[in-house]
Amino acid sequence: MFADSILWPALLNGLTMGSVYVLIALGLTLIYGVLHIINFAHGSLLMLAMYLVLMLFQGAGVDPYAAIPLLVLAMFALGYGLQRFVISRASHARDENILLVTLGLSLVIENLAIHFFHSDPRSLETAYSINTVDVLGAHVSVPRALAVAGALVCGAALWYLMARTDLGRAIRAVAKERQGAMAVGIDVRHIFAMSFGIGLACVGVAACFLLPMYYVSPHVGNSFVLVAFTVVVLGGMGSFAGSIIGGIIVGLVESLCGLYLGESLSQIGVFVIFIAILLFRPLGLLGHRA
Amino acid sequence: MRRELPALLAFGAAMAAIPLIVSSEYLMTLATLALYSALLGISWNILGGFGGQYSFGHAVFFGTGAYVNAVAQVRFGLSAWAALPLAVCGGALVGVLIGAPVFRYGLRGSYFALVTLAFAEVFRVLANTFDFTGAGVGMMIQLKPGAGQFQFTDPSGFLWAVLVMVMVGLLASLWLRHSRFGAQLVAVRENEDAARALGVDAFRVKLGAIALSGALMAAGGFFYMQKFNYIDPPLGFGASVSVEALLVAIVGGIGSVYGPVVGAFALEALGQLTTALIGKDPALSVALYGVILILMVAFMPSGLAGLGEKLLRRGERGR
Repeated sequence: MFADSILWPALLNGLTMGSVYVLIALGLTLIYGVLHIINFAHGSLLMLAMYLVLMLFQGAGVDPYAAIPLLVLAMFALGYGLQRFVISRASHARDENILLVTLGLSLVIENLAIHFFHSDPRSLETAYSINTVDVLGAHVSVPRALAVAGALVCGAALWYLMARTDLGRAIRAVAKERQGAMAVGIDVRHIFAMSFGIGLACVGVAACFLLPMYYVSPHVGNSFVLVAFTVVVLGGMGSFAGSIIGGIIVGLVESLCGLYLGESLSQIGVFVIFIAILLFRPLGLLGHRA
Repeated sequence: MRRELPALLAFGAAMAAIPLIVSSEYLMTLATLALYSALLGISWNILGGFGGQYSFGHAVFFGTGAYVNAVAQVRFGLSAWAALPLAVCGGALVGVLIGAPVFRYGLRGSYFALVTLAFAEVFRVLANTFDFTGAGVGMMIQLKPGAGQFQFTDPSGFLWAVLVMVMVGLLASLWLRHSRFGAQLVAVRENEDAARALGVDAFRVKLGAIALSGALMAAGGFFYMQKFNYIDPPLGFGASVSVEALLVAIVGGIGSVYGPVVGAFALEALGQLTTALIGKDPALSVALYGVILILMVAFMPSGLAGLGEKLLRRGERGR
């Protein structure tokens, strides 16, 4: 019904890109939204995961979607180690220090990537990259359609983890009442590192879905880091459902700004949303708890 | 304050004497760049160190200074000297415009850091879009060598010019340490609620700090434009300038008057050392800066200046 307009493809484009933002932001929701570890290196860790997917594909012929379990394991291990041995030790439990330490990490990761991979953007071509599915007259590429499904599955899995498992209960306990959690025998440092690891495992999944439809360069993380924080803050700190809604809104806003204001202004809507939400409704759309 | 002024003047005199003692143009350029870097750190330190508001987007003031300068010269035909006050006022004005809503709604800590970064990104996208600011191509000012155009033919000219700016920044920092306003700013940093309860207008105090910080940073942007004659959106509003300002202040010592100067010279020396050891590889040196940032936060939170003070005190106790 919208087939002849340009609005419908733009909306679909926003929806699919928004799904990728959801995937990236889900990890940050857990790390920043629940435990308030301000991970400024989220974008550069995503970039690192994307290079990992690319190398697995080019070196060993592993399909990006088949690489999901490998990426989950690798990024989980990296995240656990980073939080336990670098971030928590270096930051002395102060918010500003966490911010500075993760900024330092992002400088290290990004610039080592420039050194080893050089600055040119690379992308990955699979047999099905150019296939499309028809959605009410608009064409959506297969990787983009898969990203929507991936975001929903990943969001549901995280919700289940947090709501229904012992680990999830422990994470929520630590987030709410650290002293009390310690008193009932929860290893708080272990839980923090587990959460960071799970958050980065999500980043690994995001990289697998993102690479077939995007490109990777050492700077690619920069364009995602503020977007990811925007999604988390917009959706409401610590709310997974909020992140899904927030991610899709951000994707749509970006796509519509690109359509009506021109390509170079497409990101400005996202930043304006971020500033406005922080100023006027810091709880976000689905946030409760002051 | 009266006791510290001679030390400041001695520092200024020693720096000003560099071109008289050193004839190497290379060393003079190094000193100029270190002082320029110190200026950015001093600016960050006023808001981040004295005020406790960690900005991740200080480039927004830097880019404003550089672009106001370029626009004034290229579009309105003003001279560089006439553009200088405009650039500085522009930086202060942007500081007030950002600070007013941000401090009114009480954003602090990580929220403040992220929102300043978002403002820098908005400015970057805007500068990248409009032809008035040269869009993606950037802006170039005409090469007109001569002190009358703030384009010194002798490298000592640039050194003295940036030294004056650094001295103004250090004077401002000393004033913060000894004035009522500075004491209120530190009180707000340490405990905003307590400061309010004692009648400190926290909003006005923070607004003053961000305006002062923005003005100094814009002076840095103005200087950059005169020295390198070219600016584009990522250079002006990108992350690297924000990181440089913050790194210099943290390595030198947050909240210390001379910390940023110490930090700037230490980082400049380190940069030269790594270039000598591994050759020119900007990516690797920035990666090294990242490692240093983490190590400083972990092991030396009061920076080089703090370490120096500690050693001095230990020496006095030993006697």
